Amino acid sequence: MEKFIKLKSIPAHIPLMNIDTDMIIPKQFLKTIKRTGLGKSLFYEMRYDESGKLIDKFILNNDPYSKSKILLAGKNFGCGSSREHAPWALLDFGIRCVISPSFADIFYNNCFNNGILPIIIDEKSIQELSEYFKRKEEIEVDLNEQIILYGNKKLTFDIEPAKKKRLLEGLDNIGLSLKKIPNIEKFENSMNKTKPWI
Amino acid sequence: MSKTLYDKIWDDHLVHEDNDGTALLYVDRHLVHEVTSPQAFEGLRIQGRQVRKPKLTLAVPDHNVPTTDRSKGISDKQSKIQVDTLRNNCKEFGINLFDVNDKRQGIVHIIGPEQGFTQPGTVIVCGDSHTATHGAFGSLAFGIGTSEVEHVLATQTLIQKKSKNFRVNVNGSLPAGVTSKDVILKIIGTIGTAGGTGYVIEFAGEVIRNLSVEQRMTICNMTIEAGARAGLIAPDDKTIEYFKDRPMSPKGENWTKAVAHWKKLFSDSDAKFDKEVNIDAKDIEPLVTWGTSPQDVSPITGEVPDPEKEKDKDRRTAMYRSLEYMGLKPKMKISDIKVDKIFIGSCTNGRIEDLRLAAKLLKGKKIASDVSAMVVPGSGLVKKQAEEEGIDKVFKNAGFEWREPGCSMCLGMNEDQLSSKERCASTSNRNFEGRQGRGGRTHLVSPGMAVAAAIKGYLADVREIN
Repeated sequence: MEKFIKLKSIPAHIPLMNIDTDMIIPKQFLKTIKRTGLGKSLFYEMRYDESGKLIDKFILNNDPYSKSKILLAGKNFGCGSSREHAPWALLDFGIRCVISPSFADIFYNNCFNNGILPIIIDEKSIQELSEYFKRKEEIEVDLNEQIILYGNKKLTFDIEPAKKKRLLEGLDNIGLSLKKIPNIEKFENSMNKTKPWI
Repeated sequence: MSKTLYDKIWDDHLVHEDNDGTALLYVDRHLVHEVTSPQAFEGLRIQGRQVRKPKLTLAVPDHNVPTTDRSKGISDKQSKIQVDTLRNNCKEFGINLFDVNDKRQGIVHIIGPEQGFTQPGTVIVCGDSHTATHGAFGSLAFGIGTSEVEHVLATQTLIQKKSKNFRVNVNGSLPAGVTSKDVILKIIGTIGTAGGTGYVIEFAGEVIRNLSVEQRMTICNMTIEAGARAGLIAPDDKTIEYFKDRPMSPKGENWTKAVAHWKKLFSDSDAKFDKEVNIDAKDIEPLVTWGTSPQDVSPITGEVPDPEKEKDKDRRTAMYRSLEYMGLKPKMKISDIKVDKIFIGSCTNGRIEDLRLAAKLLKGKKIASDVSAMVVPGSGLVKKQAEEEGIDKVFKNAGFEWREPGCSMCLGMNEDQLSSKERCASTSNRNFEGRQGRGGRTHLVSPGMAVAAAIKGYLADVREIN
């Protein structure tokens, strides 16, 4: 997994609440058996009309936002299904950081398994950052310092230390958990005695 | 120290805990389907890793399978590749699979309990958000992403942070025509689609206790629509009775031991909840959704809301967008909304009791002439049971199509989809834009309300169907 340390980009802004995973990547693209190649289908129904033509007014279809690495969005981003195709599509498009007042639980966890940083900040701060979207100016995210830099201002954000470490170091969770096999074996041996029906 | 049911199951599955509370949780039961697993198995192969406990995983194709005649195989090429890939992966890694033509095949959240693979007090995960369904049996059950599916396959554990405790009490007794679907829609309408974020919700109260286990599954199933990690209902005698003699239930001495364990699964009377909400059953009417979020609920006797009356600006914007997508005007009567299609099925309402209830209302009647309707049983065994009871004939005689089991039009990954602007009364769980097909308009309802809409051709009140 690619490390996440610092990221600088003109942000894109989709000011909608409850952006669900069906919107982020509709069902017809879940038939793949690969993790890659979903970027062109990100936000498919908002991005393309029924004949498959790009819809001009959709923000990610316009430069410089078609190259944005940071996405600002309304609250409860990523609600709905557990499909990891949603973060895969964002990542494949080039978005590595989503900033929202709140995230749905499964989507939030899925981000950290794909080197995407989901940042939770209040609505007022999103409004401030959206000025940089309008002015087409870059903002910078520094994960180590837990700050977002914009103009000569900065704001801080919270993140669980373990999740931060994972992104900073690009760690493989499975590899780390496999080091705990002795603990897992001990647990299984004990369970075989107390709950033999499992 | 007093504990909630969630605390008890959590503590019972803790393999390791870091100082910051990051825990390694043991997974007793893992369900796998064709859509969210191929990349996980591929990941194992690339790293040269094995499945740690193949017997604790059960696989079934459900999302992508056709619900029409399956004798000729799957015609959609990509769907076929996914189903074939699942079969090959299960063979390679030694995992039990109920294949497309197995009579036990069905929606993953219906076959788990049906087989007794689901059990009280266990931790159950699946790469599907509606895994929450299994919480109805007092198991901690939740959806995970594909990377986590891979983690579970390799280690039989999952990295988790503990959620907070939330209890929803539904008190009193349900009025006529009101079902568990209306109860959960009422709860989501009350707390909102993010109302449960960061929590595990335990459902309690007289109404919940009086529900059958299948009705409880509908409630837990849609807990995810309120944003919660999982939904839980304490097991009771009905739960124990349900699991007796299921194919994968504990047998003999193990059954006695398991039941003794299951009887300890409840929240202590003085257990502390971080949040608590009370709902009075008498305030619940048969409900429908009018918008594109499951929290957009209205009684069938009500009106489409007027966004102008909404004070929150973002919410107002979302309401306007929903109404435009749904092709509805503020203040129109809900019962004036004309429907084109009816879908009865899904992991929310595709069980035998749902079909029995619908058939009872439908018996001897016909669906409206300009409506098309289908029933998709939740599993092959549900279908068989229904056919033995003559339920299929009631549906067919009324004008419904009687299909093969699968997820079908709940998410429209197979051919069962809405066309643009087609309007559907659906017993499924999500009314998101495009969910049942691009431009399709979904109204979430109970099975009884779906029958009422099928007969009248409009969203209609189940209490008016004799």
